[in-house]
Amino acid sequence: MATIHVDGQRYDVDGADNLLDACLSLGLDVPYFCWHPAMGSVGACRQCAVKQFKDEDDTRGKLVMSCMTPASDGSWISIDDDEAREFRASVVEWLMINHPHDCPVCEEGGHCHLQDMTVMTGHDRRRYRFRKRTHRNQYLGPFIAHEMNRCITCYRCVRFYRDYAGGTDLGAFGANDNIYFGRHQEGVLESPFAGNLTEVCPTGVFTDQTHSERYTRKWDLQFAPSLCHQCAVGCNISPGERYGDIRRIENRYHGEVNRYFLCDRGRFGYGYVNRDDRPRLPEWRSDRGDERVTLEVDAALDRGADRLRSARRVIGIGSPRASLESNHQLRALVGEGNFSTGIAAAEQRLLARMQTLNRECGLPTPTLRDVEHHDAVLILGEDLIASAARVALSVRQAAQARREALAAERGIPAWNDAAVRTLGQDRYHPVFIAYPAATELDDITAGGWTLAPDDIARLGFAVAHEIDAAAPAVDHLDAATREAAREIAASLLAAERPLVISGGSLGSEAIVEAAGNVARALARRACRGSLMLVRREANSTGLALMGGAPLEWALDELESRRADAVVILENDLHQRLPSARIETALDAAETVVVLDHQRTATWERAHLGLPAAAFTEADGTLVSLEGRAQRFFQVFDPAYMRPETRIRESWRWLHVLRADVLRHDVGDIALDAVTRDCARHYPDLAAIIDAAPGADYRVRGLKLAREPQRYSGRTAMRAHINVSEPRAPQDPDSAFTFSMEGYNGFDRPREEVAFAWAPGWNSPQAWNKFTDEVGGHLRAGDPGVRLLAPRPGGYRYADAIPAVHRPAEDEWKVVVLPRLFGGDETSARAAPIQTRAGAPVVRLAADDAARLGVRDGQPLRVAGEHGALVLPARCEASWPAGTIGVPAGIEPWPAGGEAVTLAVAATQANEEGRA
Amino acid sequence: MNDTARTIARDGFVIEPEDRRAIEHERDHYEQPQAACIEALKIVQRRHGWVPDAAIPAIAEVLGVGPADVEGVATFYSLIFRQPVGRHVILVCDSSSCFLNDYEELRDALSAELGIGFGQTTADGRFTLLPVCCLGACDRGPTLMIDDCTYGPVAPGDVADLLEGFA
Amino acid sequence: MSVTRYHSQLRQSAAERRAETHPLTWRLRDDGARIGLDEYVGKDGYAAVREVLNRQSPDDVVATMKEANVRGRGGAGFSAGMKWSLTMKGGSIPRGYLVCNADEMEPGTFKDRLLLEQQPHLLIEGMILGAYANHSRYGYIFLRGEYVEAARAVQQALDEAREAGWLGDDIAGSGFDFDIALHTGAGRYICGEETALISSLEGKRANPRAKPPFPGQSGAWGKPTVVNNVETFCNAPAVMAHGAKWYQDLSGELSNDGGTKLFGVSGKVERTGLWELPIGTPGRELLERAGGLRDGKALKTWLPGGGSTGFLLPEHLDSALDFDTIGKLGSRLGTGLLTVVNEDQSVLSLVRNLEQFFARESCGWCTPCRDGLPWTVKLLQALERGEGERGDVELLDKLADDLGPGKTFCAHAPGAAMPLASALQYFRDEFERGVTHPPRTAHADPIPVGQI
Ligand SMILES: Cc1cc2nc3c(=O)[nH]c(=O)nc-3n(C[C@H](O)[C@H](O)[C@H](O)COP(=O)(O)O)c2cc1C
Ligand code: SF4
Ligand code: FES
Repeated sequence: MATIHVDGQRYDVDGADNLLDACLSLGLDVPYFCWHPAMGSVGACRQCAVKQFKDEDDTRGKLVMSCMTPASDGSWISIDDDEAREFRASVVEWLMINHPHDCPVCEEGGHCHLQDMTVMTGHDRRRYRFRKRTHRNQYLGPFIAHEMNRCITCYRCVRFYRDYAGGTDLGAFGANDNIYFGRHQEGVLESPFAGNLTEVCPTGVFTDQTHSERYTRKWDLQFAPSLCHQCAVGCNISPGERYGDIRRIENRYHGEVNRYFLCDRGRFGYGYVNRDDRPRLPEWRSDRGDERVTLEVDAALDRGADRLRSARRVIGIGSPRASLESNHQLRALVGEGNFSTGIAAAEQRLLARMQTLNRECGLPTPTLRDVEHHDAVLILGEDLIASAARVALSVRQAAQARREALAAERGIPAWNDAAVRTLGQDRYHPVFIAYPAATELDDITAGGWTLAPDDIARLGFAVAHEIDAAAPAVDHLDAATREAAREIAASLLAAERPLVISGGSLGSEAIVEAAGNVARALARRACRGSLMLVRREANSTGLALMGGAPLEWALDELESRRADAVVILENDLHQRLPSARIETALDAAETVVVLDHQRTATWERAHLGLPAAAFTEADGTLVSLEGRAQRFFQVFDPAYMRPETRIRESWRWLHVLRADVLRHDVGDIALDAVTRDCARHYPDLAAIIDAAPGADYRVRGLKLAREPQRYSGRTAMRAHINVSEPRAPQDPDSAFTFSMEGYNGFDRPREEVAFAWAPGWNSPQAWNKFTDEVGGHLRAGDPGVRLLAPRPGGYRYADAIPAVHRPAEDEWKVVVLPRLFGGDETSARAAPIQTRAGAPVVRLAADDAARLGVRDGQPLRVAGEHGALVLPARCEASWPAGTIGVPAGIEPWPAGGEAVTLAVAATQANEEGRA
Repeated sequence: MNDTARTIARDGFVIEPEDRRAIEHERDHYEQPQAACIEALKIVQRRHGWVPDAAIPAIAEVLGVGPADVEGVATFYSLIFRQPVGRHVILVCDSSSCFLNDYEELRDALSAELGIGFGQTTADGRFTLLPVCCLGACDRGPTLMIDDCTYGPVAPGDVADLLEGFA
Repeated sequence: MSVTRYHSQLRQSAAERRAETHPLTWRLRDDGARIGLDEYVGKDGYAAVREVLNRQSPDDVVATMKEANVRGRGGAGFSAGMKWSLTMKGGSIPRGYLVCNADEMEPGTFKDRLLLEQQPHLLIEGMILGAYANHSRYGYIFLRGEYVEAARAVQQALDEAREAGWLGDDIAGSGFDFDIALHTGAGRYICGEETALISSLEGKRANPRAKPPFPGQSGAWGKPTVVNNVETFCNAPAVMAHGAKWYQDLSGELSNDGGTKLFGVSGKVERTGLWELPIGTPGRELLERAGGLRDGKALKTWLPGGGSTGFLLPEHLDSALDFDTIGKLGSRLGTGLLTVVNEDQSVLSLVRNLEQFFARESCGWCTPCRDGLPWTVKLLQALERGEGERGDVELLDKLADDLGPGKTFCAHAPGAAMPLASALQYFRDEFERGVTHPPRTAHADPIPVGQI
């Protein structure tokens, strides 16, 4: 704590901060560019100058850069001082010298930090009368547009991209006033976090290209607090809608989860919600052979209800990508004994195991922010970039925090970014990774091992044993593995806070158990460590908590005709188990009802298809991998701009369908009731009511606005449909209005913020107005409730240690590798993601390849129980022999662990056939 | 020879084994390989006269750094040429002492003699004309440097004679 | 051919230079040839190293250097002994680096070249002493790329010294180990700024670094690093050999600063050149040694120590050329090499030339320097062409002020501001003559910006 005096006022601040950080945290406006709350200070732009005085009596003072000056106790400063104000005006004037007058056509306009700062400093007329310098732009891939003339040379982009996110292909080039930020050569920006450049850049150099084709100003977008549905991390986002389409995804600040940054899958993977081929009306056919017809809502419900009513037994197949509420309504419809989670048995076992571990192994699950405060990390069987990219970014910060620790020893404050990096050089906290392939964190790892899944588990078990002799020992351990285990164990024990990360990505229970043993061993040695377990989908954790039978069970029930009807919720079953298995089961069913927002292979099998709301059109609750239940809110009403659509939230469809089946009065239902019902049904989910305020929440008696105050065109936007403007849609489900009416300020603490805006702060930097301190927590608390609290349990060490992986002569074990782009069910349907996904390959050991006589890029035929597949080979020297890697998301098979044979193929055809 | 095998070819660009050895030797002088970046660029430039685009990733690979690191350095320093230059580079000091000793006349004489301005190369590929910071020869201004040699004072009338010596 | 290759040359003959009065140059030969190892050792070379490394502690060296008050000859005049006393050493601190700043690119400066080309062993000896005092493990001579001749001389001397055991393990049987590598640059004036120099040494873009932490705490690769100018290091052997008092006495009554200084004169004078003279020698004496202005012209103004120092007037010629005195006149001693401007020459044009230099050589890191300097250049060009607008001169005043110390990231822009500000002060009429237009009216009536 320190006391500082700003313009005569006395404030208590955190003395470890710099003055800029302290002032902003106090709510005082000081303009800045090069400083960023997550990246610290470098003092380049000179925009944040204030006057500092020696003491109370000093009247002369001198200018200092507030970002480079510690907020030490007894500081006397002035923001208002004339000289400081004039100097800041000069700085903006210089920055604007070469800046084009293109705000009207610039996609940053309206949420531009440079605009905000220009207004804040009072610069309103140009005195520079000479030529401006101009640059050429680069093609940087499908995500990001480049307009270098707008650059104000704050160096934030390279600092984020390189120093923070570990990218290498973006640089600063040239010197003097001819500095260029780009790639050394045109081409796709490689970093999976490149999208953050659109928010990190204070002006319009890097903008969201997915938004570009149908661009809308921030003030004309309708937002809601939402959650990324593209993986299990649970990042908070603000999707922006106009004319019935999502136009872009912005980061929504959450002090414990994503804070300022998202991954590119989350930011750019939303395109599937805008697809033209989405089901928008109920579709019906009484027999599979019939043409499909579209129906009105009531007719669809009646037909569906008739069929279900006459069925002997109805099975419900839920989904880990749908909300708890929707899954619960499905279960309510079919009954507890007839509900499947829609998750394949193997994965479900893993989920259950992970849940137990999180509760009983003795180590808590860290939040993402907390991950950054661990000083040794062991990652078993996860390529975090591929399976939970945002976690990888946090692990990188954890590793880099070593530099801050070293700097602190020399009295260099953590915010002095360049000095911290200079002193720390490439010294990192130890990160160990065992995975079949090299990962993108390898540049910061202290040790990396490319191993077959069973050997990864063995390494983990061995580490646990090294930490605690009571943990089972591993038989036949070779010297190298033992050495590795000792090294890892020693590092974890030496750390103040060791972190173990594992998960279900490789489908290996042994790996999860091994991670559990390491965690348990650390807990027994009284370490202040943590365990993070990665789940696959947005609500995998929630579904595991809710419970239900695995997908195979549901298929069996249908196939064996113990049930004759099935209702499938937002789940393309073909992505989970071999198609043949799915087809047989669905063929056996008399009635197939599918609710989805995508025209999947499963949808194509439906008798009745009900058009479900995508996450942007629905509200609901998800549970993230850290066990945080969070609510997402509907961004827009799809029927407002497209009155012909009959899209409804799945839980709403299922509620009325149930009412129809029971011949109850339909009655209306709102989200809160469903959530409450859900919470009541499952003790593990009891707390989800508190995940967000209910629909009756008000600020100063007002509902909350989804649209910025300046939202325009409301009276005209539907004129092509009907000249009389309808009443704005009403939202019975939340405290938000579909309009600019309502509270949208920052001064009253609230958790759920649709979009960040404060007077004078139109850019994402406005989040600093909503937090208790810069980079801290939302003033009303960060959204969500944690459900996976550790509890005392009789956890015992697992001892099912697999045998050493021994390559067979002519058989290979399949490892399915998650991938960032193209690996999940939904974002893989977004065009820009498809561009980035890259062609699938089979990875195999270089030695195996040599034995088979296959060269890099040559087609390789992979044959197994369910068919064969031809993919180009990628030979890697370090890939574990006797295994092959196939990318997730190309085929539901071969499944992980399956044995296949390999042969050089003649053609490059993508597939020869499925069983 | 093993070295040839280790030579990198990318986009047709090759770092000669000898140059590669020289770069690796430089690298050992410093705590981090990045430090040899400037010298590596100079080594490549000595051989090719300039640093071609394809040399950037090739150097990056030898040093184990990213191409953007190498390009960032290559484009920062004024004596690294990222465009082809003539067989001889004339660096004309344009700083204050030479300026006071009628540097502008010398510059104009050079331009007239060669038919090019700063940043340009003669059509026959013989000379490139560039300005340079104070050459530290202010007592004999105006001065210029051709390749590795500094001359001064150079009167406008001397230009033709002086250039004659360079093929 | 009438054009000759440039060769650095001192204007004082061997007869005039003695060990007791010319510590920097007494060994130099009249023919300007490099002093090889044998000749250097024959003239007491490396005696100080042998003596100090075996008989004195590092702290003794620091104390003597501090007492002698050897002020940095790179231009800023910071006491070398003081700097060395602040270097972190001992305990868990790793041994760091000692870097010689041989990047000499200050307009009007040609002194380090002489020492590098003709007496590299003196520099090496000074660096060994510096390394001993600072507990440095390794040294670099950061030499500007254009000094090809100096590179050859220094490399040869390093090889000789290493061969003779003056570099490497166990120097002079003292148990102290230290070696030096030559690092040649690739252009850019900013590399001379000590923290930018460290960035450049690390093979990065030569952006300066913020202080604190100072290089002595965390410099090259995060290790304690000492950067000194060539001439500064070259003073150390004599100081250590003869003591602080002797060094102080060299300048006698002339100055509170001790020792001698390589002074020089360039511009349109009769005899340009370099002299080693006691620090504090007045400018008038230098001008006399230079034979006064060519063609009988009158002196209009002069820069005392390079392009980044402020203009002085003829009446300032009697002041002592030392750091404090010149500082009090509102300029800086800088490198101590005078640039002389005669009555016919335009200060406006010279300032335009200087600002062009500084704008081009800006590293591009901080806004005032990167974007402010090019604007001053354009304004100066407009004034030079007689196309200035009313308000331009005042704008230049403001720019000169905004580019001043403390406002920019490093001292580059303040270096550019100093000649500009002093020229505007002393020769304002030259600037005002360029103003011929009223200000343009395009933005006379801007849309008012409301309160937020
Ligand atoms: C823009 C700029 C350029 C500089 N160039 C040089 C230089 O070429 N040589 C030099 O010795 N010092 C130069 N300096 C001064 C150095 O920053 C540093 O003060 C000096 O090397 C310290 O050595 P000294 O204390 O021995 O003078 C420069 C400073 C600035 C701001
Ligand atoms: S003043 Fe700023 S831009 Fe100029 S050289 Fe120094 S750091 Fe670079
Ligand atoms: S924000 Fe402080 S200098 Fe840029």
